[in-house]
Amino acid sequence: MSNESNGERSLRWLKRAVAVPYLWLLLFFLTPFLIILKISVADPVVAQPPFTPLLEWGADGFEGIRATFSNFAFLFQDGYYGIIYLASLKMAAIGTLLCLLLGYPMAYYIARQPPERRNLLLLAVILPFWISFLLRVYAWIGLLNNRGVINELLLWTGVIDRPIAMLYNDFAVYLGIVYSYLPFMILPLYSNLERMDLDLLDAAADLGARRWRAFVDVTLPLSVPGIIGGCLLVFIPAVGEFTIPALLGGADTLMIGRVLWDEFFINRDWPVASAVSVVLLLLLIAPIMWFQRLQSREHEAGR
Amino acid sequence: MKRRAPMLVSVVAFGYALLYVPIISVVIYSFNDSRLVTLWGGFSLRWYASLLEDSKLLEAALLSLRIAFVSATFATALGAIVALALHRVARLRGRLLLSGMVTAPLVMPEIITGLSLLFLFISMANLLGWPMTRGATTITIAHITFSMAYVVVVVRSRLAGMDETLEEAAMDLGGRPLAVFFDVTVPMLLPALVSGWLLAFTLSLDDLVISSFVSGPGATTLPMFIFAKVRLGVTPDINAITTIIIALVAVAVATASIVTNRRRPVAAK
Repeated sequence: MSNESNGERSLRWLKRAVAVPYLWLLLFFLTPFLIILKISVADPVVAQPPFTPLLEWGADGFEGIRATFSNFAFLFQDGYYGIIYLASLKMAAIGTLLCLLLGYPMAYYIARQPPERRNLLLLAVILPFWISFLLRVYAWIGLLNNRGVINELLLWTGVIDRPIAMLYNDFAVYLGIVYSYLPFMILPLYSNLERMDLDLLDAAADLGARRWRAFVDVTLPLSVPGIIGGCLLVFIPAVGEFTIPALLGGADTLMIGRVLWDEFFINRDWPVASAVSVVLLLLLIAPIMWFQRLQSREHEAGR
Repeated sequence: MKRRAPMLVSVVAFGYALLYVPIISVVIYSFNDSRLVTLWGGFSLRWYASLLEDSKLLEAALLSLRIAFVSATFATALGAIVALALHRVARLRGRLLLSGMVTAPLVMPEIITGLSLLFLFISMANLLGWPMTRGATTITIAHITFSMAYVVVVVRSRLAGMDETLEEAAMDLGGRPLAVFFDVTVPMLLPALVSGWLLAFTLSLDDLVISSFVSGPGATTLPMFIFAKVRLGVTPDINAITTIIIALVAVAVATASIVTNRRRPVAAK
């Protein structure tokens, strides 16, 4: 910033170049949402052309749109969807909490190690993330199965005499959420805990605070931004999660991502699917905005 | 902090076990001769052999690799420009919108991204006559869009810790902005560009939900193929695929860390 003229000159082409990704995002990220919104409010003029190629699914473009409107209202009248939205929020919330309960001690432990060990431990947290998410979720099927590794082991050691049902239920989904999203919880927590001024803890100790006391009074309040960041990073995608409930959940594990998928691919009811996703987006808009603000504040601090 | 905390250590150990036990068990069982997944029937490579005969699987894997390569390359280029603009241009027009559009995909439920992109492609086909068929191209566009967001995060964090005096010096010596960019800025950003590319590549290779929405009847990616199989339960050949992917990832991570380490003395300066 010291050399204004040179800086300006170099920025001129950057300002021009950024138009490309800008337009890209406007077209492929923002426009799709506007389209989905328009379909859901059933504007016939806008909605009719997009549905004409749906001939293979039936030539009733206009009827399809009328159905959209009634289905959108139906979404609120029928208790079914309300229950699923609530169930998804609940499962995501509990999953996030469990993730925090496991992730916080891990982040705390890593942040208090000597630097070389810290990097190694952190790498070990991130490493599984590079292996296909789908395959990692799949791996649990082999472990949790009635004839799976865990049950066989417990049977063999005599802890149980009958296999425990661990797969295709809510327990498996919680486990899947904690397992898949753990790195997303640990990373923001770690970067917060690592930056924390250890002198404050020393001061608390010097003043005679017990370790637990110092943690509750000093460390925990200071790590609130990390907790919020990690929780949002887990909670928001978990609400709309599809793969985990589809592979590990039972028939009665209804999560909205799975319902949307079925509406779309099995019932082929596109208007209902788009109405379902609009409501999901509305539910998530507050946490997403919160996350955005957190991110931009982080960047302001980093600059 | 000299005292040990056995509770803490055991929770941490449990966490790491949770992260690694599934992966390790899949690797072990991929070498299992028995068709019954949990019974050990001796060491065998039969599931790897059966993979090679599965032409549908190989086709899906090749398609996924092609899409991942192209989308990672575009996402890295576009993402790097966004990161630079957000970092350097103080009064960027529409800054709030831009940073919003590159942060939102990080947390957006995939299922919404997939559905909305599909509607976009249908609308475009109607209004512009393109894309007439959905498949590799539409999947690639979708992947560029969401993985760009991750590249931006990686490059921005690198930019935040970078020393800009080298570029200023190059400018003062009369370097043209583009020349300075490619001769000074890009080499300094290289570690971030490499890890951003690898991240985008992995995300693309991994994506099931968005691909399923924006794909057409002709195109089946590897995750789509695997999902269709896995939905029916555990199949030993999927264990073999997983093991191969783990091996590839291990090689990629090792390569990336070597590249980063070699670069570090120059870039971190």
